[in-house]
Amino acid sequence: MSARLAAMLLVLSAIAVLIALPFVLEKFYVQFATKVLVMAIFAASLNLLVGYTGLVSLGHAAFFGVAGYLLALATPAYDAAEFWSSLALAVGGAALLALAIGALVLRTSGIYFIMATLAFAQMLYFLFHDTSLAGGSDGIYIYVRPVAQLGGWQPFDLENFVHLYFLVLAAFVLVLGFLRLLVDSPFGRTLAGIRVNEHRMRALGFATFRYKLVCFAVAGALAGLAGYLSALQFGVVNPDMLGWHLSGSALMMVILGGLGTWLGPVLGAASMMLLELGLQSVTKHWQLLMGAAIVTVALALPRGLAGLWVWRAARGQNDG
Amino acid sequence: MAEVVLSTERLSRRFGGLVAVDEVSIECRHGEVHALIGPNGAGKSTLINLLSGDLKPSGGTVRLREREVTGLPAHRISRLGVGRSYQKTNVFLPFTAFENCRLAAQSRMGTSLRFLRPAQAYRAPCEAAERALAQVGLAARAHWPVAALSHGEQRQVEIAMALATDPQLLLLDEPLAGMGAEESARIVSLLRALAADHAILLVEHDMEAVFALADRLTVMVNGAVLESGAPAAVRASPAVKAAYLGDDDVDSGK
Ligand SMILES: Nc1ncnc2c1ncn2[C@@H]1O[C@H](COP(=O)(O)OP(=O)(O)OP(=O)(O)O)[C@@H](O)[C@H]1O
Ligand SMILES: [Mg+2]
Repeated sequence: MSARLAAMLLVLSAIAVLIALPFVLEKFYVQFATKVLVMAIFAASLNLLVGYTGLVSLGHAAFFGVAGYLLALATPAYDAAEFWSSLALAVGGAALLALAIGALVLRTSGIYFIMATLAFAQMLYFLFHDTSLAGGSDGIYIYVRPVAQLGGWQPFDLENFVHLYFLVLAAFVLVLGFLRLLVDSPFGRTLAGIRVNEHRMRALGFATFRYKLVCFAVAGALAGLAGYLSALQFGVVNPDMLGWHLSGSALMMVILGGLGTWLGPVLGAASMMLLELGLQSVTKHWQLLMGAAIVTVALALPRGLAGLWVWRAARGQNDG
Repeated sequence: MAEVVLSTERLSRRFGGLVAVDEVSIECRHGEVHALIGPNGAGKSTLINLLSGDLKPSGGTVRLREREVTGLPAHRISRLGVGRSYQKTNVFLPFTAFENCRLAAQSRMGTSLRFLRPAQAYRAPCEAAERALAQVGLAARAHWPVAALSHGEQRQVEIAMALATDPQLLLLDEPLAGMGAEESARIVSLLRALAADHAILLVEHDMEAVFALADRLTVMVNGAVLESGAPAAVRASPAVKAAYLGDDDVDSGK
């Protein structure tokens, strides 16, 4: 009980620190923190697939990118999109796409699943890259950020970087809170069972395909949320948003942070992006150093950064 | 006569040229233990896999009560009230014994598309898990990860998982294999008690247990049924003596 209390206090103080950030940091770092939180949501959504359910996807950026494109396409040329409806469109679109792709790729498993997810994402990449559907290889600019209306009141102004930060922070806290509950819920336990021994789950009466499909769609929706926020922050979308490079980076964040742990993807995203920022400022050859750092962590911490934590959230090992 | 829960008609399964199960027709009745014996490779496990939906038959039919279930996937058959255990322990090793059984019971919740409340808050599966663990005598180990249990205890978890789904028909593939004498005796008396309101198909090499439990005995050899009927009659059958048991085996156990 006291360990639980300590964990709770830790989480609350982390949230307090995140709330305080924009009051102490310069604009550049607030925007950087916004980027990190968006990537943390994206990595956490991938962790639901890879870490919790054992479905290694190399095409997760497809949902991130498509949601970004949906915002861009829903935004009038020199006017603002409506925030709530464009958000629903982007997240809903990503979820539906995940449902459709999932219905096909989840018929495969293991290495074939990895290949199938990669293939679908690359098909989408080339669809956006090579056709004039959505700006081709240059992508689309979002000149005016969405405007949120609640009645006649505008709760936040997304042109303001501090407001944007708080919006992203709110989304981050909601997503992480949702995932924390999900892990211990009947659905989350079902996913864990599928990861450990899918055959036994089927023999026990679970229609595992259905649960994996729902998991894939939920992960796609959360990736879509991250993609929407990212497009909103940068004011531009391009095909790289759905490429394998981004899928691979997210996978790396999840693995380095700690597969199947609650906060691992957050630690992974933050440390990789901070490292990148730090190395970029000292040398042109930062990618080389970055690679070395990643290999070191992978060798030294087989359970990822979250493995340093005593407090494991995956709960694979106990009753939860 | 008690109700027929499970029946097969000329059920077969081929693996390439090998006929692992050859036109087997058997019945399991409510309130009875139907023991299935036969030498290694006779096709007993393959038959169980056909009945549980783990394998698809190459021919013949399987009925549960009046319903034909031939070729249904394992999860559908399971939900029709069939619980099984595996010859080779097939559990969730990293999870606790309790969680193994709770998951088993959760499969009967209707849907597990519940995302927010903790699984522990759903009482029925938790109680079913506790009950099943108590039945096999593992209550004291409930919160141990299964990986840390002895082989015999893992075998008991395997049985408890089947019980936690509250099945009407139990398919048990060598449940006693790997258990110590004391554990074995406890499970034998548990099965005796369960037989009162279940149908049980029991594959077992331990002849003492088989003759202590069986209401009906079937001998399989090379995929086919050699003899089936009351245990005493089957035991006395010259064909069975010649083909499989031999006088010594029957009395000394395998
Ligand atoms: N998946 C499979 N592919 C090919 N052959 C198989 C397969 N499963 C079983 N067999 C073969 O089918 C035959 C029956 O095997 P089965 O496991 O059903 O026997 P069993 O009666 O359970 O034996 P044991 O007492 O050793 O458990 C064996 O010859 C086995 O090699
Ligand atoms: Mg066998």
